[in-house]
Amino acid sequence: MARAVVTLPAQARRGEIIEIKTLAAHPMETGFRRTQLGELIPRDIIRRFVCSYNGVEVFRVDLHPAVAANPLIAFTTVATESGTIAFQWIGDNGYSVTETASIRVE
Amino acid sequence: MTSRREFLILACGASSLTAARTVEAQIDPNQAALRKAAYREALRKVVGDAQVRRGRVKLQLPPLIDNGNSVPLSVEVESPMTAADHVRAIHVFTEKNPLPDVVSVTLGPRAGRAGLSTRVRLADTQTVTAIAQLSDGSFWSDSADVVVTLSACLEEGLI
Repeated sequence: MARAVVTLPAQARRGEIIEIKTLAAHPMETGFRRTQLGELIPRDIIRRFVCSYNGVEVFRVDLHPAVAANPLIAFTTVATESGTIAFQWIGDNGYSVTETASIRVE
Repeated sequence: MTSRREFLILACGASSLTAARTVEAQIDPNQAALRKAAYREALRKVVGDAQVRRGRVKLQLPPLIDNGNSVPLSVEVESPMTAADHVRAIHVFTEKNPLPDVVSVTLGPRAGRAGLSTRVRLADTQTVTAIAQLSDGSFWSDSADVVVTLSACLEEGLI
């Protein structure tokens, strides 16, 4: 079930600011909701999102239950060199998803 | 003879869970005060005793929302994003959600532009605040007032 989608340009000019959109499939259960029987549904959220460009961390987000289900994170980064951009989502109950994309910089 | 008012009070007390939930939609004053205190505490944890100035940050949220479960939110901070002058962190807080924190972003000059778009949950009509910490240690903020017609915490009990 663990799935994520990332969109970013396949190539860019050196120094160009590129936009990256990421979407992870996750219910982001807040831990505040109850079932009809009144039992609290335990929290199950993505706690952290990290984007690394050729191994160097460029953007990190700490998420809280107030982030909607299937968290969308859109941000920018500078295209410095060709290589891979890695994305990682880490969450409760051992949730961990990694996605990579390659980029060509001219 | 039962007056209309008494009848309504009785009916409300005896009615199903759903009705009780509807009444809960508006946070009771005690809880609102607690949440406001939690919000101030969260703010203090990030800012400390530093002064927070208005400006440079642009927080965008729709002014009126039908469904608080998924509200588009975007933050942009005016900054050259160079090694000497960049945004170090962006924090988003809400006043009336069960937890004040929404997102905390850590970034640097490699981000190119200081900004983020995401989707959030809002429990009530309230003010959302974004605070940016710059590389020189100063804090800047922006707030947005949002009217929520359907709270994010109302769907409970429907599962």
